[in-house]
Amino acid sequence: MLEVRGLHVAVNGTEILRGVDLSVKAGEVHAIMGPNGSGKSTLTQVLAGHPAYTVTAGTATYDGKDLLALKPEERAREGLFLAFQYPVEIRGITNSYFLRSAVNAVRKHRGQEELDPLDFLQVLEDKLKAIGWDDTLMNRPVNEGFSGGEKKRNEILQLAVLEPRLALLDETDSGLDIDALKTVAHAVNKLRAPDRSFVIVTHYQRLLNFITPDVVHVLADGRIVKSGGPDLAHELEAKGYDWLRAGAMVS
Amino acid sequence: MVAVERLVEAYRAFAANGASGAPAWLKELRDGGIARFGELGFPTTKQEAWRFTSVAALTETAFELAHPASRIPHLDAIQPFLLGDGPRLVFVNGFLVRSLSTPLLDGVRLDSLAQALVDTPDLVRQHLGKYAGFADRPFAALNTAFVRDGAFVYVPAKATVKEPIQLLFLATPSNGGARLVAHPRNLIVIEREARATVVETYAALGDGVYWTNAVTEVVAGDGARVDCYRVQRESDRAYHVAVTDVHQGRDSTVNLHAVSFGGVLARHDLRGTLAGPGGYLILNGLYVLAGEQHADHHTSIDHAAPHCESHEYFNGVLDGRSRGIFNGRIIVRPGAQKTDSKQTNNNLLLSRDAHADSQPQLEIYADDVKCTHGSTVGPLDPKALFYLRSRGIGEAEARRLMTYGFAAEILNRMDVAPLRAQLDRIVRARLAE
Repeated sequence: MLEVRGLHVAVNGTEILRGVDLSVKAGEVHAIMGPNGSGKSTLTQVLAGHPAYTVTAGTATYDGKDLLALKPEERAREGLFLAFQYPVEIRGITNSYFLRSAVNAVRKHRGQEELDPLDFLQVLEDKLKAIGWDDTLMNRPVNEGFSGGEKKRNEILQLAVLEPRLALLDETDSGLDIDALKTVAHAVNKLRAPDRSFVIVTHYQRLLNFITPDVVHVLADGRIVKSGGPDLAHELEAKGYDWLRAGAMVS
Repeated sequence: MVAVERLVEAYRAFAANGASGAPAWLKELRDGGIARFGELGFPTTKQEAWRFTSVAALTETAFELAHPASRIPHLDAIQPFLLGDGPRLVFVNGFLVRSLSTPLLDGVRLDSLAQALVDTPDLVRQHLGKYAGFADRPFAALNTAFVRDGAFVYVPAKATVKEPIQLLFLATPSNGGARLVAHPRNLIVIEREARATVVETYAALGDGVYWTNAVTEVVAGDGARVDCYRVQRESDRAYHVAVTDVHQGRDSTVNLHAVSFGGVLARHDLRGTLAGPGGYLILNGLYVLAGEQHADHHTSIDHAAPHCESHEYFNGVLDGRSRGIFNGRIIVRPGAQKTDSKQTNNNLLLSRDAHADSQPQLEIYADDVKCTHGSTVGPLDPKALFYLRSRGIGEAEARRLMTYGFAAEILNRMDVAPLRAQLDRIVRARLAE
């Protein structure tokens, strides 16, 4: 589903990713761990098409298409989704209006009829029921005055409604207490499907106690320095990242 | 000084003719107005309150004092401005058109100021000119000199008017015809524990140069609740100068909404005085400008009593070569303890040539108060733009959505559904241009 090869990325002339390789198959859940500043967030932002980053070398294909040639909105319409580490406030626009605009942009792209507000409410209700949440966030302006937990929950709600095929979760666990973390993890687990892949970026192992990944990668200094099974996350929790960084430099 | 002399001359003719039957107190009020205007003259950009707004173009135009229109617009023509079949007064070039209006005369009074001066002169005398002081405001002085017609709204103690009262002021400019100036004068008196919603709209039928110089005085008695909406959608070539002064009694609530879309030059001074303890005031404003438009809002909230709360929100959306000015003054008088006052002014610049000036002005003479202010001027937030695009929304649509949201933030505070819908349509049409 996603093939990243030798990806080099710079922002304002500083190279942050220095040759990332990543292969994600349909239905798989990959976790990307690593120390702060290793380039984890950059990887998700680049894959989502953030204009501030420049790809200096390498490729990224999604479903056989050249992902890097697509605009951010085109990537989203093709089924890519990024849950932001810092969700952005959109003043004056209610969450439900925003979500309906997004859903309709995707539906239009797929040649489906756009949903009117009533149809959309029905879809929304079904999704909320499926993940066991209420609709208290829907009539408030997007992310405005939301608590940290509400913002993250709102990202996952968007994921549920937009039904992406590839979901990138950027530090979705940061700033969450254990109950909020469980709520979010539970929803993600509900959304796992054979044709939907996840790339979960996290600094800590604790999210992975609730979402079991298929593959765990360690990103350090702009490269993936180690990959393994779920056990790697526990090893990292116990030993930290330094042993890997030192190893990477020696090799 | 030529322009000033021309107006003083026009006043002499007015006093000798159209206004000659006035009672002595009114004549005195008018004479005071013209005398003060003669002393002040037109403001210049050397004066602090007019630093960013030149009225040179206005003073260089020879305006003729408007008179009752000989041709009355058809109901169909004004329908787009109406909010339904509720009580309303329709004015053309500053004069009431009775055939288009539906006055209220049973306890609650909704009629022209001219008629109220005949029917209930004492009530008018008690309030007229008591709030809109003109010692330092030349345009208010000029309006006072030419006081003749406008709206009179009176809701007696404990009465409630459920339906919004609409005051529609239409100009009927014609290309090549005389350039008219109207001085509408409105007096809104909502007594103790009474409730009312008043929507004041300024618009034009046709395109052309004209000048509206309006003054509205609003009195909210103790425990009264008043919702005032003011929509300025004059023609693109109009000059619009206005003063809105609100005087609030103890435990009263006033929501004052002001939206400015039209005019080549618009200046609106809004002043709220919280005269009794426990008062609550919301000032909620929006200006949407494009082309060569220039709009200047000067607001002043006077916390003259303790335990009052005021919230002020003004957003500006500026495109083309337009210019928006916001000056927000908050005065907390000695003894006005426990004042809680918040002010925000956010300006969205949609073009590189658009310009916004935002000036808070806090004058605090009490020590146990909460006063905050914040202002922003800038283009659309690139982070928010990327966020929307990452959800599948195209760039142009994302920009439109965010710009709309900027305006909707203000419109969302408005309760009158048909008005909210009308303003929504105007904003969307402006964004589609």
